[in-house]
Amino acid sequence: MPGEAAVLDAAPVRGRSPAAETLGRLLHHRLFVSGLVLFGVILAAAVLAPVIAPADPTRIAMRQKFLPPGAGHLFGTDNLGRSLWSRVIWGAQLSVLMGLAVVGLNAVFGTAVGALAGYYRRLDNVLMRINDALMAFPAILLAIGITAVLGPSTGDVILALAIVYIPRTARIVRSSVIVVREMEYVQAARACGAGDWRILRRHILPNSMAPLIVQLSFLFAYAVLTEATLSFLGLGAVPPTPTWGNIMAEGRQYMVEAPWIIAIPGVALMVTVLGLNMLGDGLRDVLDPRLRVQQ
Amino acid sequence: MGRFFLQRLLTAVPILLMVSLITFGLIHMVPGDPSAALGGLSATPAELAQLRHDLGLDRSLWVQLWLYYAGLLHGDLGRSILLGQGVAQATVQRLPVTLSLSLYALVITLLLGLATGIVGALRQNTLADQAVMMFAMFGISVPSFWLALLMIILFAVKLGWLPTGGYVPFTESPLGWLRTATMPAISLALLQVGLLARITRSTMLETLRQDFIRTARAKGLPGRMVVGKHALANALIPITTVVGIVITLLVSGSVVTETVFSIPGIGQLLTSAILNRDYPLVQGGLLIMTALLVLVNIGIDLCYALLDPRVRYDAR
Repeated sequence: MPGEAAVLDAAPVRGRSPAAETLGRLLHHRLFVSGLVLFGVILAAAVLAPVIAPADPTRIAMRQKFLPPGAGHLFGTDNLGRSLWSRVIWGAQLSVLMGLAVVGLNAVFGTAVGALAGYYRRLDNVLMRINDALMAFPAILLAIGITAVLGPSTGDVILALAIVYIPRTARIVRSSVIVVREMEYVQAARACGAGDWRILRRHILPNSMAPLIVQLSFLFAYAVLTEATLSFLGLGAVPPTPTWGNIMAEGRQYMVEAPWIIAIPGVALMVTVLGLNMLGDGLRDVLDPRLRVQQ
Repeated sequence: MGRFFLQRLLTAVPILLMVSLITFGLIHMVPGDPSAALGGLSATPAELAQLRHDLGLDRSLWVQLWLYYAGLLHGDLGRSILLGQGVAQATVQRLPVTLSLSLYALVITLLLGLATGIVGALRQNTLADQAVMMFAMFGISVPSFWLALLMIILFAVKLGWLPTGGYVPFTESPLGWLRTATMPAISLALLQVGLLARITRSTMLETLRQDFIRTARAKGLPGRMVVGKHALANALIPITTVVGIVITLLVSGSVVTETVFSIPGIGQLLTSAILNRDYPLVQGGLLIMTALLVLVNIGIDLCYALLDPRVRYDAR
């Protein structure tokens, strides 16, 4: 019948995929876009570090110490005459890489633990007891404790932050998996004879991703902030490797004569965290309307 | 209520057991030999053996575990290498400092966080609301140690209003305490102020949309009564749970703040323990702080149950 065919043809109204739809809504979200711009600046600095900051961030030039920001040295120099521009830019690269590593580890292991706990009731009890105990420790104290025993280094800080934050991510994934597990389409898939692995991978996980993505953008912010705090306390990457935290720790002694040594990396850190928090708020509003903060 | 309390207390037992097991395991995460890390390169084999013996590492794992729990039950958390003093004693000594600082910051957090959150909700989508939300966003994004350093430069060095650091106990001189604790408390509180303002605002907005608020307005209740007695009282219930998170953040944040302002509390103790690889002190301090916070959170849950009877019924 011609009428029926016309109805079927008319079904997809406009050719926008759900992904394009979401992206469109994100790009109209003012907070998300502002966050994207702020974090974009830091990301660009991190990626382009070798191009825009060719001066060695560890090169000492005692004759040029304590130069204030201005021509020649855009961000000034520190107590050893090292270019703060180079140090802050390379610090950005380290912060972004560390944040990405922590986020990546959380995405993999947090999802795995959360999905297993949420899907298999038998595992749930055991996994969540361990989770609860790890979450009982205040995040930064546990991170400090772990880096204290492992010794200060970039890799150990990443490991510590992963151990601290994976239980938190796992809990979020678990709670959305538990909801999705009971959905009718999951039962339908099971009735069709799909195995556990297929159901988890094809049906449950793709439908429980929204809260995880939101969590990961906030997690990126926490990870960068906690890493800076640890290296400020002397527990992060070992000097002379520049991190925002250890630049500020070194600058602390000279904060009256040369306040720019602590001011500039602090601003960079704040811009990063602010940008990521705004991104997270935007993602939450668009992807996960249930958690929406009333606008 | 008694039943609810007991139930809640029982759930803490496995958590505390796991927490203590994790802290016990921490020293076994030290790569290689902890006593070698402690003694340094100059240590003689005899000194290393002595250190191993002091840390109890020369015994089997099971004996160590047994002694650890036996000690815990006696309130013995081992001896600090750095201070030559019992870990429990050293920690408890510094507890009042950290607690008074955290309490001060908590008061600031509650006053400022609730006030700004309520203003934001009542003046939704106005300039005042946007200012509140911006302030809250900055609050959760500013690194507290950085803010602390900037405040020291401005208020202590340039203006000379407050000391750059140090600590005077409240019992010694209330005014001295106020002078030394104000900057640390503000820098410590800002993150939580932002957090609380955001949550208060959204909870208030949700409550203001409920039917009983419309009823209260419809029966002609003055706006102040509607907000104060109906909206706020109901919005406060979910906010109570957030206070637990706030306290956890305050106490753990004090580690950094105390270091910046050289305040002799648990935070500074832990930092120096870590930098000196004083493993027993790190383990003990971590365990005491965590156990304390687990108990605080039970207390908060109880307040929650007292405020909202539905929670008690659900638990049955």
